[in-house]
Amino acid sequence: MKKAIVSIAFGLTASLLAAGSASAQATLASVKQKGYLTCGSNTGLAGFGLPDAQGNWTGLDVDFCRAMSAAIFDDPTKIRFIPLSAKDRFTALQSGEVDVLARNSTVTMSRDTQLGLDFPAINYFDGQGFMVRKKLGVSSAKELNGASICTQQGTTTELNLADYFRANNMKYEVVAFATSDETFKAYDAGRCDAFTTDASGLYSERLRASNPDDHIVLPEIISKEPLAVAVRHGDNQWGDIVRWTHNAMLDAEELGVTKANVDQMKGSDNPEIKRLLGTEGKFGEAVGLPNDWAYRIIKHVGNYGESFERNVGEGSKLKIKRGLNAQWTKGGLQYGLPVR
Amino acid sequence: MNTAVDMSRFVRSEKIEALPPPSLTRGPLAWMRENLFSSPLNTLLTLVVAYLLYVIIPPLVEFLVINAVWTGTDRSACRAETAGHPVGACWAFVIDKINFFTYGSYPATERWRVNIFFVLLAIGVGWLLWLRAPRRDLGAIYFFWLFPVISYILLTGGNVSLGIGFWSTFAVSGALLVVALAAAAYALKTSIRSAMLIGLGIVAVIGITLGLVSINWGLEPVPTSRWGGILVTLLVATVGIVFSLPFGILLALGRRSKLPILRMASVIFIEFVRGVPLITVLIMANTMLPLFLPGDVTVDRLARPLIGVALFASAYMAEVVRGGLQAMPKGQYEGAMSLGLNYPQMMAFIILPQALRIVIPGIVNTFIGLFKDTSLVSIVGIFDLVKAIESSRIDPNWAAPTIGITGYAFAALFYFIFCFGMSRYSLGVERRLAAGQKR
Amino acid sequence: MKVKGPKTTSLQRMGSVQSSVSQALPPKKSFLYDPKVRGIFYQTLLVCVVGYLFYIAATNAVDNLRRAKIASGFGFLENTAGFDISQTLISFSAAGSTYGDAFIVGLLNTLIVSAIGIVFATFLGFAVGIARLSSNWMVAKVAMVYVETLRNIPLLLQLLFWYIAVLGPLPQPRDSFSLGAGFFLNARGLFMPRPLYAADAWAIGVAFAIGVVVTILFRRWAKKQQAATGRQYPVGWATLGLVLGLPVATWIVLALMNANPVSFDMPVKGTFNLRGGMQILPEFVALLVGLTTYTAAFIAEVVRAGILAVSKGQTEAAGSLGLKSGQTLRLVVIPQAMRVIIPPLTSQYLNLTKNSSLAVAIGYPDLVQVFMGTVLNQTGQAVEVVMITMGVYLTISLVTSFVMNIYNRRVAIVER
Repeated sequence: MKKAIVSIAFGLTASLLAAGSASAQATLASVKQKGYLTCGSNTGLAGFGLPDAQGNWTGLDVDFCRAMSAAIFDDPTKIRFIPLSAKDRFTALQSGEVDVLARNSTVTMSRDTQLGLDFPAINYFDGQGFMVRKKLGVSSAKELNGASICTQQGTTTELNLADYFRANNMKYEVVAFATSDETFKAYDAGRCDAFTTDASGLYSERLRASNPDDHIVLPEIISKEPLAVAVRHGDNQWGDIVRWTHNAMLDAEELGVTKANVDQMKGSDNPEIKRLLGTEGKFGEAVGLPNDWAYRIIKHVGNYGESFERNVGEGSKLKIKRGLNAQWTKGGLQYGLPVR
Repeated sequence: MNTAVDMSRFVRSEKIEALPPPSLTRGPLAWMRENLFSSPLNTLLTLVVAYLLYVIIPPLVEFLVINAVWTGTDRSACRAETAGHPVGACWAFVIDKINFFTYGSYPATERWRVNIFFVLLAIGVGWLLWLRAPRRDLGAIYFFWLFPVISYILLTGGNVSLGIGFWSTFAVSGALLVVALAAAAYALKTSIRSAMLIGLGIVAVIGITLGLVSINWGLEPVPTSRWGGILVTLLVATVGIVFSLPFGILLALGRRSKLPILRMASVIFIEFVRGVPLITVLIMANTMLPLFLPGDVTVDRLARPLIGVALFASAYMAEVVRGGLQAMPKGQYEGAMSLGLNYPQMMAFIILPQALRIVIPGIVNTFIGLFKDTSLVSIVGIFDLVKAIESSRIDPNWAAPTIGITGYAFAALFYFIFCFGMSRYSLGVERRLAAGQKR
Repeated sequence: MKVKGPKTTSLQRMGSVQSSVSQALPPKKSFLYDPKVRGIFYQTLLVCVVGYLFYIAATNAVDNLRRAKIASGFGFLENTAGFDISQTLISFSAAGSTYGDAFIVGLLNTLIVSAIGIVFATFLGFAVGIARLSSNWMVAKVAMVYVETLRNIPLLLQLLFWYIAVLGPLPQPRDSFSLGAGFFLNARGLFMPRPLYAADAWAIGVAFAIGVVVTILFRRWAKKQQAATGRQYPVGWATLGLVLGLPVATWIVLALMNANPVSFDMPVKGTFNLRGGMQILPEFVALLVGLTTYTAAFIAEVVRAGILAVSKGQTEAAGSLGLKSGQTLRLVVIPQAMRVIIPPLTSQYLNLTKNSSLAVAIGYPDLVQVFMGTVLNQTGQAVEVVMITMGVYLTISLVTSFVMNIYNRRVAIVER
């Protein structure tokens, strides 16, 4: 019994310990108090969120977290990345384990309204596609009748796949795996004829094939996948910070403000640039940040275009075209809301 | 007379050569005849097995050793078309990634801390497993208290900020505990002094533990998301062992208790845990634990499977310990009681030391199972050795046909060495114990 | 002091001891020394602590679920699934089936791989266990190496290995490896003809049932005859003829009557894969092989220990009666060893069933993969899904131990 008492005492103390370290407060305040941002990221998707062997993360989603860290701490490295599988990602955000989820997650109505989440910023417009082996001689997804297809469990992909084949009255055999690694590995080993995920993911995964040139991505995009950064529902200030971090990066690109010229631009006469970089107005204060918040983002991370090119565009191995993610002035959907 | 003389001629006059020893009772040939070809059926079996070995062994050796690639820095070394010869196991890949397999992405400059953890673990295990080691009681204190605390500080960096509010709460509840124990002792008319000493001891141990982890030792904090590989595998196993033994003993005592509710609670827990697969326990710990805690409390991702594994192992440990308790002759209990010992004294000084000793093989076997089961945490996304290999084998830098098999072979070797070592140890102990029982 | 009756609980007994003692001696000490009072105190404390923990957990869960707007209750089982599953023993489609159907599909997949695995593992395990005790040095050593290797490597690694080993060398569907008679092998699995039953195929089923019943009756009669007269009847042949021969004969008769009760759907090559026929997934094969070989290693040890527990005198006595070594093993040693073997064997069967949940690592759609994986993710109803899944495994465990206990009672030594 003595031991029981000791163990109970230990248990109670441990729970006190946990409760003491995380008290209920606004996310921004708790992030500032902790001194770092916890960012839910992919377990490893080249171009979006991938750690190297030393644990340094890179990618478009990672840059988003870095931008937030820069805006809050004037330091893009005050982040703890928590790799999350598709299965765990929303629970982790709901339970407060991560402050922000930047992990190529599709916004859907049910996720937005039923899971207690908000998706303030769509940082990549995507759609689901297929990858097949070249030697199969398939050039369209419509020819996939009877194929076996590898996909990941617990994603919108799995559901879209069923819908698409049903709508086109085609048969298929699904082979579902728990993680993207396992899924692609099985495809690469010849278990499936086709591999399906978001188109950006296809380009990224293709790099990991034993022979990347043996595979082609089919032209069809079978779904809309607006990939967004998610936060908990109800903390509007925190949601605003996410929304405007994204818009600041877009505006900066539109206005020609880059990492290299941001210090020069600080002296610009353009009122839009002045408002963006905080030399005019007090826009930062309104969301609990210093007024040069956007300057910090551009200085440390760069604008959206720079981040895109560096991680997934021409400057990267993925070589994805801007397409839907081009600025609205160039025919894309990325439309930076004005800082005013 | 003559005849007699003639008769004597029949006596052999020179020694004949001794017969050679029967050729077929000694020497390799006889041995083979005895052990391999003693009957037609045995001959057939021998031939079949020999053929099986011929089919399996040479290709295996060829793959693992002869055609293996030992040096290289990227995929070209392990691809037949660039290497210019058939390629077997790609050990160059394991050598290149060995740091990643050992430490995960633990910061390179801080890896000495992990190494110290390994050494401390080896000392603790050695101390407890070597039956003739000096002061094994101190060893137990080291392994179940000092070592976990030091490891926690080493690996995370310590420096937990507890705050003054917490310490004042702790002081008050500590004082309350001491007073409560003293009051109980007064009511029972036993020594108040010893009760207070026990209370103070408990408070002091917890206080020192918390004090140690809250001191700033000047170590850089390393978040658990950067831990990985063998470090995590050994950590999960260690936590399982450190936690499951005491908790398993408590459960076993509960199951053998005369108090019906206590017994029922223990039985339900043990049978429930033993009836479900570990993977469901891990998934439950992963998805449901956050639900059961207040909204703003989170448990570290690494800690969740640790809790799951510890609970799981405790139930199995409890059954092993129960076996030991049941094997104790009734005279031991009666003898202890006739000496006037109370229940805790009887268990702590008479029964458990003997019972645990006879179930050492069972305990070690449970540890082997636990050690193998740690590989399951990779399924819930914990970065253990298996997961480290899984994620390395899709590194495009090392994309080659035999990478996957090589990685698994390395992991298999790692687990085999540990588990086989433990099983030999348990066999040895079993023999020693059996020797003691012989009359 | 007499024990009052078989139903007296230990608590009552303790109380009666106490009362008789207190009658004999005047109570000197505080009632706190009464073990009964102490017992009640400790148990109340335990109930309070456990109850409090459960209460906290439950209120937190309700609170968190409400905050996260996750639905609760088992209504989700009626919702349309919307995803597909690769191996389904009942008909299942993304559009028409519910999460409840997905649960059944997963459960059946778990049961079938466990059932087949148990049968194979038993045979392999007995073979290896007996081989370990073989007088043939090479056979014994190879069996030992097999056991030691497989027991000391995690099952997860073995499954991953088998999955690669099964998948790796198999050809792509276009170069399918034909095994003849409509059997094909490729990276998508093993394809074989699927029997299609016509309307009057029930006759074969009935013939089979009759065969089984008659066999059982005949065996019983033959045993009685042997005990009474010592005469042996060809039980083995009769069994074979009745169980196999009767249905086959029915089939032939039906076929001669032009009814043709069973036809076969042959797999044919399609664009990507073979179409039609029956398909055994590589995931299934990998899981089955992994579970079988792993569990067989443990069963072998159980069998070895069981055989060693039979005293040597039994073998010698059987030898002196003139039994051959095979007969000795079959008729004397194994039946007695079974008593020692059954309890640990049961737990190995349960382990195999529980270990089949590792299917999740190689994509075989078992209960955990389908229900705790996909359904949990799509619905987010963690509490219900985890509860149902654990409940299923618990039920399987309890039912198996119950059945094995009955069997165990039958083979146990009847003490006279």
